[in-house]
Amino acid sequence: MNRSLQRHLNILDFALSSLWRRKGKNLALLAVYTLIIFIIASIVFFTQALKREADLVLQDAPDLVVQRMVAGRHDPIPVSYGTGIAAIRGVSEVTPRFWGYYYDPVTGANFTLVASDDQELKPEAISIGSGVARTSRISIGDFLPLKDIKGSPVLFSVQKIFPSSSELVAADLIQLRQEDFQRLFDFPAGRATDLAVSAGNPAELETIAAKIVHDFPDTRPILKSEMIRTYDSVFDWRSGMVLVVLAVAVLSFIIFAWDKATGLSAEEKKEIGILKSIGWETTDVLLLKSWEGIVISLSAFLFGVSLGYLHVFFFSASLFEHALKGWSVLYPEFKLTPVIDPYLICLLFLLSVGPYVAATVVPSWLAATVDPDAAMRS
Amino acid sequence: MIMHPGVLALFTGSLLTSAMILYAGWYGVRILRNWDLSSGSELQLALEKRTYLISTLLTYALGFELISLFLFVFTADRLHLLFSGAMCAAGTLNANGFGYPLLILKLVNFLLAGIWLIVNHADNQGYDYPLIRFKYLLLVPLVPWSLLEFSYLFAYFSGLHADVITSCCGSLFSLERPGIAGDLASLPVEPMRLAFFGTLAATLVSGLYSWRSGKGCYPFAVLSLATLLVSLASLVSFICLYIYQLPSHHCPFCILQGEYHYLGYPIYATLLGGALAGMGTGFLHPWRRRGSLSRAIPRLQRRLAATSVLLFAVFLAIASYQMIFSPFRLGR
Amino acid sequence: MIEVIEVSKSFNVGKVNQFDAVSRVSCRIAPGELTILKGPSGSGKTTLMTLIGCMARPSSGRIVLSGIGAGSLFGQQPDAEIEITSLPERFLTGIRRSAFGFIFQQFNLVRGISVLENVMLPAYPTGVNHKVLRERALTLLETFNIARHASSQVGLLSGGEMQRVAIARALINDPSVIIADEPTAHLDSRLSREFMALIEGFKSAGKTVLIASHDPIVFDSPLADQVIEMRDGALIDGSRP
Ligand SMILES: Nc1ncnc2c1ncn2[C@@H]1O[C@H](COP(=O)(O)OP(=O)(O)OP(=O)(O)O)[C@@H](O)[C@H]1O
Ligand SMILES: [Mg+2]
Repeated sequence: MNRSLQRHLNILDFALSSLWRRKGKNLALLAVYTLIIFIIASIVFFTQALKREADLVLQDAPDLVVQRMVAGRHDPIPVSYGTGIAAIRGVSEVTPRFWGYYYDPVTGANFTLVASDDQELKPEAISIGSGVARTSRISIGDFLPLKDIKGSPVLFSVQKIFPSSSELVAADLIQLRQEDFQRLFDFPAGRATDLAVSAGNPAELETIAAKIVHDFPDTRPILKSEMIRTYDSVFDWRSGMVLVVLAVAVLSFIIFAWDKATGLSAEEKKEIGILKSIGWETTDVLLLKSWEGIVISLSAFLFGVSLGYLHVFFFSASLFEHALKGWSVLYPEFKLTPVIDPYLICLLFLLSVGPYVAATVVPSWLAATVDPDAAMRS
Repeated sequence: MIMHPGVLALFTGSLLTSAMILYAGWYGVRILRNWDLSSGSELQLALEKRTYLISTLLTYALGFELISLFLFVFTADRLHLLFSGAMCAAGTLNANGFGYPLLILKLVNFLLAGIWLIVNHADNQGYDYPLIRFKYLLLVPLVPWSLLEFSYLFAYFSGLHADVITSCCGSLFSLERPGIAGDLASLPVEPMRLAFFGTLAATLVSGLYSWRSGKGCYPFAVLSLATLLVSLASLVSFICLYIYQLPSHHCPFCILQGEYHYLGYPIYATLLGGALAGMGTGFLHPWRRRGSLSRAIPRLQRRLAATSVLLFAVFLAIASYQMIFSPFRLGR
Repeated sequence: MIEVIEVSKSFNVGKVNQFDAVSRVSCRIAPGELTILKGPSGSGKTTLMTLIGCMARPSSGRIVLSGIGAGSLFGQQPDAEIEITSLPERFLTGIRRSAFGFIFQQFNLVRGISVLENVMLPAYPTGVNHKVLRERALTLLETFNIARHASSQVGLLSGGEMQRVAIARALINDPSVIIADEPTAHLDSRLSREFMALIEGFKSAGKTVLIASHDPIVFDSPLADQVIEMRDGALIDGSRP
């Protein structure tokens, strides 16, 4: 076998036996390190998974939504605008949409109410998401009372419950007929919440949007791509902030690791002195130290990332879904779709192993450059 | 500033690397000023110990430079969603004026650190630190370059705001657009193809010659650099077209994606590795007769030449395979 | 042949506590001979040996080694003459690894690993195959009658056994020079005499031996070819027999 390879193997062999000889200290280091990587990995996996879910939601969203703005606020849009918009070149279809939010004081949850043109939906009947069913403890055939605008309850019978595969998307959803929606909220006649516009050629959407603003100055068209972008940056921003906070944790870990590495026990120092005196060279000791570092940081990385992966995708990020998701009290028992993304793995590797390497390089060098003759006098 | 985890990783990594290189540079200057091998003084012994630290730091810096080169492109690709009009990394890089210069800086720093490590390796073979001055003089330009890289990174990411309308790669590398990227894309294909195969052939021949005879290292080093530049231009100008099988998609980054079987990795790895090894032979050449290195350097040069020839040959094979077996044909 | 020419070693140069541990020492150690360094505590014996054994670099003076088989490191004949005075640590270590075996006063064995591993340790960085190395170490342990302790921890050995492990370790890379610093300090007189018997074995195997000691069993031994006496860092005139 190649000599330099054999040298690496010999030194790796000794590194493993040295690590094992100081199990107590090294296992403590490994545990703390793993914990930090676990948290970072969980955050990164979780936000990326949420991002993907949001993308799924938006996939079904219309390419272009037109809202009406009054005094800078969102206001119901006259359905009649639809005819004008439909006349713009390139627009293939305009659909008025009716939707809103309903705060349920009993459960403290916010439901999303959407008028559906589903013909099978009977009057005074609703289809609900599984989250709604769970929090209100109702099933098909039961009644859900919703207060109308005057405060008197209207009973709706549950006709259908959406399957929970699309939990995050549909958990808080209540679908009802358009007349029921208008009656419940006393919605002004001839108005809709917004208009969904679709174009034959998606490339023309920006031109169409510009034309709509020109023709109807009180409207605001929102492109799906803009929505995606906004969601993305919000998610990135959230996870970024958390990561920055975490950086503090990492920093303290670095100090911890530094301390461990510099505060070499007298025994370790003596050992390195012996190695140097019997013919190990500084490079060999540096190699020994870096093998030790590689073993520690790779195992912490593997453990941390696998635990984070299990945590997010199989235990639904139970440790911090409250902190990050926080848009509804309807915590759906959702399962995020497990995905392994090499980019994220590479990134996590850099984020976790990089600082460790940087923190230990000087201490290992200090240890490795003790004078070989030091062992002659101890 | 965009708080993407990738941005944070790049930022932290670049900060650490710059700090390491700055530290190494600081001691490099001290070594240049106080080095006196014949003395057994304590200062000299301390400086000799420092050299170990410096080469370790530079090894890490090189490693990071290499990883971050790809990570940077990848992060840019992930971020393209945030910029309307950007369709891949090319659009994100174009979102402000620092993107492309940063990429070039990264490339330069990678090459500099690599060459430094080659020279360092050669120096370690000699029993009287024969290249110590040359080595630490070589370290000096690395310091400002790496600081520059860090400040460009900072400027680039802090100047990045979602929603900036940028050109996507489709238009950035399309023929009408002015600017360097457009220029590369609009280079006439036939002369470009000629230049590509010409330089590669010349480099391979010269590399083989250097490998067999240990001579002709300067021309080989220059040719290696030329191959790197011409090949990068050719990737944009015509090689990518065969890979994408699209007549107008010139982007040199999308080939790193899974859709194209991650072909970009072997392409860039062989190209960068070949150029680095080839340039290394030239940097070692002036010292080949130094007493303590008169055996080590020629041996190392031959090994480097062989590595370089091998890597370039693999690169050529991949590129030609794409051109010959792609169903796509460039129109005349 | 080891030639020491006007060698000095000072510590804390330029400070108030500057100290010349070895000053202007010249001597010559012929191959295959046993040389004994004697002198009171603090006279610089250990320091001189670290200089000769390529562990430390002298502040001034020259040390020239020849015929020790380290020339190949420098692309020369194995037995070529080498001046080690201003070599980088990398090369000093290379020479030390191939040409010198050290036996320390405190034995300097690594605790917590087995006797066998301790013996193999100096050869790890040379990139010798693990199996080959193991065989070699076991043979050495046989020679010194401690093979049955091969897998025990060094902490459990007796003083004499530890010393034999240390000697086996010094021989693992088959050095041509053996350097021992106060080898008998922790041994009773019977074990000390046994040690001298081992030294005789080395001599007959053609190895050069250098021992620092103030034990009369060592420096009055008939095996000694040369006794060098030191005081306050310098040689005492006429110390050569
Ligand atoms: N690193 C050092 N810095 C300062 N002084 C040192 C250093 N190393 C050794 N000395 C001094 O050098 C002198 C010679 O030390 P050395 O160990 O060579 O003596 P020795 O003859 O081996 O003594 P002993 O018989 O007690 O082992 C001592 O006074 C010691 O204090
Ligand atoms: Mg002593």
